[in-house]
Amino acid sequence: MSLAHRIIPCLDTDGERVVKGVQFVNLRDAGDPAALAARYNIEGADELVVLDIAASRDHRPTFLETIRRVAAELAIPLTAGGGVNNVDDGRAILRAGADKLTVNTAAIRHPELLTALAAEFGSQAVVLAIDAKRVGDHWEAFVRGGSVPTGIDAVAWAHRGVEYGAGEILITSMDRDGTRSGFDCALTAAISRSVNVPVIASGGADAPETFLEVFREGLADAALAASIFHDRIQGLGELKQYLGEHAISVRQTG
Amino acid sequence: MNIALVEYGAGNLPSVERALARLGLESRRASTPEALGSCDALILPGVGHFGALMRSLGERSLVKPLRDAVASGVPLLGICLGLQAMFAASDEAVGDAGLGLFPQKVSALPPTDRLPHMGWNQLRRVRPSRLLDGVPSDAYFYFAHSYAALDAGEAGVALCDHSASFVAVLERENVFATQFHPEKSGPAGAQVLSNFVRRAGEKQ
Repeated sequence: MSLAHRIIPCLDTDGERVVKGVQFVNLRDAGDPAALAARYNIEGADELVVLDIAASRDHRPTFLETIRRVAAELAIPLTAGGGVNNVDDGRAILRAGADKLTVNTAAIRHPELLTALAAEFGSQAVVLAIDAKRVGDHWEAFVRGGSVPTGIDAVAWAHRGVEYGAGEILITSMDRDGTRSGFDCALTAAISRSVNVPVIASGGADAPETFLEVFREGLADAALAASIFHDRIQGLGELKQYLGEHAISVRQTG
Repeated sequence: MNIALVEYGAGNLPSVERALARLGLESRRASTPEALGSCDALILPGVGHFGALMRSLGERSLVKPLRDAVASGVPLLGICLGLQAMFAASDEAVGDAGLGLFPQKVSALPPTDRLPHMGWNQLRRVRPSRLLDGVPSDAYFYFAHSYAALDAGEAGVALCDHSASFVAVLERENVFATQFHPEKSGPAGAQVLSNFVRRAGEKQ
């Protein structure tokens, strides 16, 4: 009996529709978020993440409506984020039906935002999202959808973010994102060793072996993927069956 | 049946409402002493901070009506922080009194495993449980918390292990509670909610 490793489909949206891109560019339409949410809820997803990767102020009401539509389809937890700049943004997302929110760019600029969000909603609701890219011998955190380097070491930032109040880390390897070449296990393990909160690995998901690797070698508590699930390249049920057969604790469904 | 969700300005009411709706059950929100006094079953959902929850209940004058409803036999289901609120006190808010339906206190989980305890876990059943009636023994439930009741005497009917052994399901007469979120726990969670409502119906 132990905590199951989570498999988390991610819906990257432009606020309204699911979009897909490789390494954060060349976006194209990939479907209706509520329809995908309904499918993953039945197929055995352990949680769902929905992100507004455009995160423009003008589209905020649209994204909140998307969260409402997605939440209505789910009997599993929902994490939402993109453009959370203050406690009011966070409250709006949680009120719309999310259980947890992700913070990225604003937290690097003002780490105290993590403290304020944790004080208001509890640290279990605050997920620090970090987009990291290999630079020389370390990983650097990037912001604004991966377009702006910060000069900040991603592993050190994860550690500090938890001290400020983050209750979970979502670490995305920009080098692997959209490449289907496997998770960055070295990055994920370095993050995992630097914090005592759960760590979600993202970027590079492909065959079931890549999930096994990120749980075994990357020490991840959860693994997130988008297109391999959206495009039905990988079924959730068979992925979990494979992991179970390889002694990874997972919640089997159906 | 008249099911009321205690509304105190926080918590995750909509997801509990939706979970009940999926079972074909209507519920209403109760935020006044009068509304609490006129229902067949009560649900106290909760996320966030023990002290904030108790202060919100206090500001709305809901503490005594809640205790009175329980004393008069109205079935109550506490969820997550709603379970913790049933205890006398919590490490999370030293000095703030809980509802005191149970004399023990809520403790911070030790940091031996990753915290918060976040995700799907299984239960260890130690006594017969009405809420878990018909739920497979290996079912997983969704947890998201850093504090827990380590002991509830005979009322602790199922435990969970993460950092420490803690109470996952609490049952005593008309008082029921889960540390996990049944409204977020897929089909197993739906069964728990359905069991609560069924038991509440039998009390009529």
